[in-house]
Amino acid sequence: MRRHLLSIDDLSRDDIERILGRAQSFAEVSGREIKKVPTLRGRTVINLFYEASTRTSSSFELAAKRLSADLVSVKSSGSSVDKGESLKDTVQTLSAYDPAAIVIRSPQAGAAALVARWTRASVINAGDGKHEHPTQALLDLYTLKQRVGTLEGLRIWIVGDVLHSRVARSGILAFSRMGCEVTLCGPPTLIPRGIESLGCSVRTTLDDLAEADVVYALRMQRERMTGSFVPSLREYAAQYQIDGRRLGPNQLLMHPGPVNRGVELAAEVIDSPQALIVEQVESGVVVRMAVLYELLAGRDAPTGVRLPAATEPQPA
Amino acid sequence: MNRAPKTPGPATRPIELDRAPAPQATVLIRGARLLDPRAGLDGEADLLVRDGQVAEVGDDLTVPDGTEVVDGAGLHAVPAFVDPHVHLRTPGREDEEDVDSGTRAAAAGGFCAILAQPNTEPVVDSAPVLRSLRERARAEARIPTGFLAAITVGQRGEQLTEMAELASVGAVGFTDDGLPVRSAGVMRQALQYQRLAGRLLALHEEDTSLSGAGVMHEGALSALLGLAGIPSVSESVQVARDCGLAAYEAGRIHVQHVSARETVEVIERAKSDGTQVTCEATPHHLLLTDEAVRSLDTNFKMNPPLRGEGDRATLIDALRLGTIDCVATDHAPHAREEKEQPFELAPMGVTGLETAFAALHTGLVVPGLIELGLLVERMTAGGVPYGLPVPRIEPGAPANVCLVDLDAEWEVGESGYESRSSNCAFDGRRLTGRVRMTIAAGAVAYRERTFALGAVR
Repeated sequence: MRRHLLSIDDLSRDDIERILGRAQSFAEVSGREIKKVPTLRGRTVINLFYEASTRTSSSFELAAKRLSADLVSVKSSGSSVDKGESLKDTVQTLSAYDPAAIVIRSPQAGAAALVARWTRASVINAGDGKHEHPTQALLDLYTLKQRVGTLEGLRIWIVGDVLHSRVARSGILAFSRMGCEVTLCGPPTLIPRGIESLGCSVRTTLDDLAEADVVYALRMQRERMTGSFVPSLREYAAQYQIDGRRLGPNQLLMHPGPVNRGVELAAEVIDSPQALIVEQVESGVVVRMAVLYELLAGRDAPTGVRLPAATEPQPA
Repeated sequence: MNRAPKTPGPATRPIELDRAPAPQATVLIRGARLLDPRAGLDGEADLLVRDGQVAEVGDDLTVPDGTEVVDGAGLHAVPAFVDPHVHLRTPGREDEEDVDSGTRAAAAGGFCAILAQPNTEPVVDSAPVLRSLRERARAEARIPTGFLAAITVGQRGEQLTEMAELASVGAVGFTDDGLPVRSAGVMRQALQYQRLAGRLLALHEEDTSLSGAGVMHEGALSALLGLAGIPSVSESVQVARDCGLAAYEAGRIHVQHVSARETVEVIERAKSDGTQVTCEATPHHLLLTDEAVRSLDTNFKMNPPLRGEGDRATLIDALRLGTIDCVATDHAPHAREEKEQPFELAPMGVTGLETAFAALHTGLVVPGLIELGLLVERMTAGGVPYGLPVPRIEPGAPANVCLVDLDAEWEVGESGYESRSSNCAFDGRRLTGRVRMTIAAGAVAYRERTFALGAVR
């Protein structure tokens, strides 16, 4: 595995299996009363977030803390980014603290790859523009695997605004790599031209949704309305909302959050036992622990996870 | 009684280019292979430059007193090139390029004349700005430099500039380059007004309602990278519109930086229908594709964007057949800190004056896609749409000669750039073919540092 996690493309199927396995072991740690291991003690992780985020930033913070790393969180507002400091200068400044890892979220595609050029730290892409969000895809795989056991051959429908979705792009790559069959479905205005080349098929209606084992709904951003990508949210919901009628009893439902209730998902499916949405959030911490471990401690480590003394007491 | 001063109509005035005073060279190039397809010249001979002209071509020329003798053995002497599309960034962004550095870069690339685009700060949209620029060129330019003026005031696409006055003070042509003339109505008026002002209308063709916030070619790769795409039709649809308008108004247009197969097809049709349309293509569009953008290296970000392999193949064919009339670099310097940003934020444009010939020689001539002679023709034809003369190697012609070593290999950027900016699309590549010396309008404008000064007799 490489030094950075910039794209799902950086990971082989074996890499993914190993990360998911390691996340499983960390899930055991998370079940303990003291949810902490000393793996990254004395090492520094910097969270650099140029975009609002609740789930991703908090789960990365928890992941780093549960591995005993020293954590610094930098948000674009209130920092020197506000004063016009360039990304390069910010990264070089933070790199002077010799961090082991920089976790970056940016509204621009390729920002994480650029950061990787400017620092000696391992760089983790926590979402770069509409490009990729690899740790989201990994936690999706983990969540799904926990529920169904094996991913091979699963039919996944990704429904909604694919054009503006980094979750979709990483998802397509990750699900395909694990042997799933991916279908994209959404308004033709929100399906990027040429996306089939990634090895997925494209539908414009939910007519055949029954084919799916898993329905992965994407967030429909209200701000997209201004670009007249869809005539109205009402029409969007009528055509693409996943509700109790459309979701079959044996189908699973996923969503990266935050959900627009009543737009892409109807309330009844969000709260149904088929929905994995809460599990996805739970998986966020252990999968990100596994990624940090993999990049910072796990290089050349054997596949079986050997966690350090699990009962090692932590100072209160 | 008020009487308008009698001046010749702007349309009939000869076009003048400007450069700093330079000593006329007396140089004998001994034994180079002279190649000028238009003059029917292809063979080893001596070439004497004197009094600003090609004085003599022949075997074993006698050396007049005070002549520098340059050893041309193993080198090619071709007519120097003309670039109709350069951004000198002056006035306004002299940190990126100025007249001196830009023309030095041009001379280093083997060019003997360039045309500068008017999208500066302020825009070249009035006679005083144009006059002051020309004055600056007469003090600083290493090679003859012409200036285009804007079609619309401030390039805002609303109101025509004072084109007649601008033409009379020396505008070589008109363009809103960097931006399209959005309104078909304004475009039509510009074509009508061309009957008075003369001068070519050079067009940056883009329907911005289709290109939107796009940053790269729309295709499989933009889908993968999650970058907003610029579809090929955003160019070809606008070209079709303007060819229709030019035909209707019997005007003359020049399509700048053609990038897409669809555009070539539109221009081919318009030409065969008798529309007065010419066009240019850049080395980067002829040699690179959107595949290069996979790296998200901002030196591959420009407008129009690098397109697919099919587009590139069509451009090469069109260059060969003459549907594409000439090569233009669209040399667009940008400050380092502006290019060192995420792809979506970085400005569009790449430099190319110093690499144009070497890159095209390496990418098209060496693999046998285009003959060297044809490349020389296309690289010297940049002024033709504007009514400028074509450099030639024949006795009596103004001395515009480029001496190249076709076997020399070099790495782009290895010893820096003459340009003030380094955002070259070919940065770091190994190229074959190197300009050793450029004579522009009778003066030595460039001499490679390692190229020995000839002994003066």
